[in-house]
Amino acid sequence: MTAVEDRPATEIGTRRLRKEDQRLITGRTRWTDNITLPGMVHLAMVRSPHAHATITGIDTSAAAQAANVIAVYTAADFPEGLGVCANAWPITPEQVTPDHLPMVGDRVACAGEIVAVVVARSAAEAQDAAELVDVDFEELPAVLDAMEAMKDEVLAHPSKGTNKSAFWQLDSAAAGTGGNVEEAIAAARADGILIERSYRQQRLIPAFMEPRSTVVDPTGEQVTMWTSTQIPHILRFLIAATTGMSESKIRVIAPDVGGGFGGKLQTTPEEFITLAVARRLGKPAKYTETRSESLLSGHHGRDQYQKLTLAATKDGTVTGLKVELVANLGAYIAIVGGGVPVLGAWMFNAIYKFPAYQFNCQTVLTNTTWVDAYRGAGRPEATYAIERLMDELAAEVGVDPLTIREKNWIRHDEFPFTSVAGMTYDSGNYEAATARAKELFGYDELRAEQARRRASGDPVQLGIGVSTFTEMCGLAPSRVLGSLSYGAGGWEHASIRMLPTGKVEVVTGTSPHGQGHETAWSQIVADRLGVPFEDVEVLHGDTQIAYKGLDTYGSRSLVVGAEAVVRAADKIIDKAKVFAAHLLEASADDLEWGAGRFHVKGTDKGVGITEVALATFASHNYPEGVEPGIDADATFDPDTFSFPHGTHLCAMEVDTETGQSRMRSYVCVDDIGHIINPLIVEGQVHGGLVQGIAQALWEDAIFDDNGTLVTGSFVDYTLPSAADTISFVTENTTSPSTTNTLGTKGVGEAGTIASTPAVVNAIVDALRPHGVHDIQMPCTPQRVWRALQSARSTHPGSTDEGSLQ
Amino acid sequence: MIPAAFDYVAPTSVQEALAVLAQAGDDAKVLGGGQSLLPILRMRLNAPETVIDLGRIDALRGISEDGDALVIGAMTTYAEVLASDLVRDHALVLHKAVATIADPQIRHRGTVGGALVHADPAGDVGAPVLALGGELVIAGSGGERRVAAADFFEDLFTTAVGDDELLVAVRIPKHTGWGAAYEKFVRVAQQWSIVAVAATVRAEGGTITQARIGLTNMGSTPLRATAVEDALVGKGAGDLAAICASAGAGTNPPSDLNGDADYRRHLAGVLTRRAVAAALG
Repeated sequence: MTAVEDRPATEIGTRRLRKEDQRLITGRTRWTDNITLPGMVHLAMVRSPHAHATITGIDTSAAAQAANVIAVYTAADFPEGLGVCANAWPITPEQVTPDHLPMVGDRVACAGEIVAVVVARSAAEAQDAAELVDVDFEELPAVLDAMEAMKDEVLAHPSKGTNKSAFWQLDSAAAGTGGNVEEAIAAARADGILIERSYRQQRLIPAFMEPRSTVVDPTGEQVTMWTSTQIPHILRFLIAATTGMSESKIRVIAPDVGGGFGGKLQTTPEEFITLAVARRLGKPAKYTETRSESLLSGHHGRDQYQKLTLAATKDGTVTGLKVELVANLGAYIAIVGGGVPVLGAWMFNAIYKFPAYQFNCQTVLTNTTWVDAYRGAGRPEATYAIERLMDELAAEVGVDPLTIREKNWIRHDEFPFTSVAGMTYDSGNYEAATARAKELFGYDELRAEQARRRASGDPVQLGIGVSTFTEMCGLAPSRVLGSLSYGAGGWEHASIRMLPTGKVEVVTGTSPHGQGHETAWSQIVADRLGVPFEDVEVLHGDTQIAYKGLDTYGSRSLVVGAEAVVRAADKIIDKAKVFAAHLLEASADDLEWGAGRFHVKGTDKGVGITEVALATFASHNYPEGVEPGIDADATFDPDTFSFPHGTHLCAMEVDTETGQSRMRSYVCVDDIGHIINPLIVEGQVHGGLVQGIAQALWEDAIFDDNGTLVTGSFVDYTLPSAADTISFVTENTTSPSTTNTLGTKGVGEAGTIASTPAVVNAIVDALRPHGVHDIQMPCTPQRVWRALQSARSTHPGSTDEGSLQ
Repeated sequence: MIPAAFDYVAPTSVQEALAVLAQAGDDAKVLGGGQSLLPILRMRLNAPETVIDLGRIDALRGISEDGDALVIGAMTTYAEVLASDLVRDHALVLHKAVATIADPQIRHRGTVGGALVHADPAGDVGAPVLALGGELVIAGSGGERRVAAADFFEDLFTTAVGDDELLVAVRIPKHTGWGAAYEKFVRVAQQWSIVAVAATVRAEGGTITQARIGLTNMGSTPLRATAVEDALVGKGAGDLAAICASAGAGTNPPSDLNGDADYRRHLAGVLTRRAVAAALG
């Protein structure tokens, strides 16, 4: 038996176990906090307990005298500054953008903001001494809630004169992509159906598994920073841009990174402070946050108020959609904080053929933790709203929720389809995904059971929730990003190095933090170059090795990053062909390429690509006028986004006595184009589903009236575990993307985007006969129970009281 | 999450532990399984000068019979309770309650005595011990004393154990052949009880002859629903709803992110009915 005989015919499509899992799961690897350098010092941050306060004095003397303390610094110790936590996406030219400095000396604008840093020989000693730093705060009034902030009565940043940061609008009539939404609304009001709803997207905490950690080594010619980040390349650029350091003197390494979900798509105060301390002392320095610090000071996600108006004709044909958002940015505008809610502009209309559409987004500043991308980033918020609305429309018309969707969605023969928001969806088949999902779910049987339980007055009612979502991912076409004033492009880079021993190094500009790029990229390259999977090594996350890249977020790595890998591989084949022809003493035109070899047509003569690699390494014999090398690199900039879609069906059992909701079954059929590794896709979908379900049922970041994060530990921030989930049924239909060679679409966020409305729709569906039409997320047992109590008191005839007690 | 510095002492006998405790006074904290104390230390909510680890005192571990009572050493882990036939046969409601605690890792570290002395009203050991009429054996310089569970829990995180004393064992009167159930209400699996009800009943021919009901997190201490217990005697499965609905009446439970007091009182009624019904089998 040889490994070769066991080899699958193609690597793409094979359920390869992830080659990175052994080290990631055991933790015997290069997590940043595992890195220890000679003479390394440790940092502890002194943070504000107040949401808004003036700093009237900082006494560091006791801390400075504590055992093994090397230094205590405040902002005053860095008159040259420490860099800036930059906002890279100002959504309008007029956007009100408060300066976001890593350490503040005069005023704190949210709890957890850093006012001093203690440096000691050990982390324990640093933490002990941090408690000795005496900061005098004079508390200022704080504004915490976005709607309160809109009143401009209490200001998050008094010097700005307003809490309103920016207003952004997309209007289909103005853009020429559709009709006038106000006319559609007026028509529906006169003779049609108008659904007006307000939904709340609660604030969430990304809660990645590995707390953030940074190690900086200032010894040597370049300063090296290891940090638990999703964006080593962007961080390096922004360090150079905001500290004045030469970009060429900074090396950023994202070693193994334990999760992110967008939460590590940031340039953090802690990174800038660790860098400044290491440079000041000339010693390697480490900062690792505690879980409490992570929950408070890592950026948060969501936090929107949504006002929605959907117009339709009496038969349920949609005629217009107006969206009015108020988005809480927190105290500062994070790297893409203002842009995240704006991403919803292209998504609220979803898979439906709205003739008229208007999206309005007002961003506001508050004295809370800054808010930025969290898995889905703008699309879950939009998908939630539209999928809840479509259920409300179905209820109003009196038809099945799937019927109303089918009536309004884009048919498979209408692709490519340009939406009312101006996006061109390349491919999709909503009918096929829905038909398969219904079959797997047993839709008709569950509807029958639901009817039986309703009829018998079962205290446990059954609800069925639908979510037929699409999303836009694969960030992104650089020109589109430029038109939106986004601070970077959306291309991705890859290079491939053919080593003389036949091994292949693939360098990718994406920066995985749990996604499995090492495995998937190896599968792609193994097929493309005809080399064994095991012989492919994927290198990433080090700006000196992967010198060019735009990192990992927005489900972009496969559709953009791996396409760059494919193109680099194709260049290698083209280059190698010249050498192969020379070695085989044949014309390049007579060569055929397949399974890693060049064959001379009609003969048994041939040479493998790894043999070509060795020959070019020696370069004893190569054609005249050609560079002796076949390595290649490629930069890929997509023409458009990727538009995965799917149909998610969820059955929830709702205990009307206690308000407890229990998931009975969950089926999703996602169309993500061609699949490289089904196992990785299942993992992405399962994890994504749990995070979306968690927004529906469990997670909620809550500040008290003083701006203290009440859900500051996992006791109160109820993150689900495996014990809270069921076995999901996940399948796929395939509408290959037409925007990349592999025909792939992004999958990293799909589960999260789709699942939240499916769950809430199911709970509301269970209780609709009782007079319940909405429940605010998370749908806690108490909220569900109170909704029932309230509906019973206002609609006493809506249920059979006796049977429920 | 690094605790402030402390002295660590690991005595090997109760006498030695008491001597250390007397010397250290109220600057000491006693470490059982550490499932509550260690997070408190790590979050720096408390910074004792001395931590006295009872983990090396073998005499504090194990489950035995003493006449009509079970004796459970204070340092017996939840996992040992769960594995014990004695507990299952004679104190089934304790077995059922312990089975709901956290996850296997925590059940292998956390101890019955540690949970009782910590006296978190949301903990799952207090209510069954109270319902079963348990006695707590407390050792001090003057020897051992026994305190009824009803007198043991004084307030939130406060028990009859003095600063210079140690809880050494729990004595539980055998409830052999009693049916039992523990109805725990949580939002996520790994969560303290929002409300829980420990019910154990003895029945003949479907008629309840004796009932014991303990309530978790319905006040600052575990509570007995004695009025409901009395009302259940002579009744059967069909009578439960009306009787049990009032289980939360007169209680003063907390209001927090998981529910307000009214909701908890409502839950107590529903869960009591379900627990008694399940205990009846």
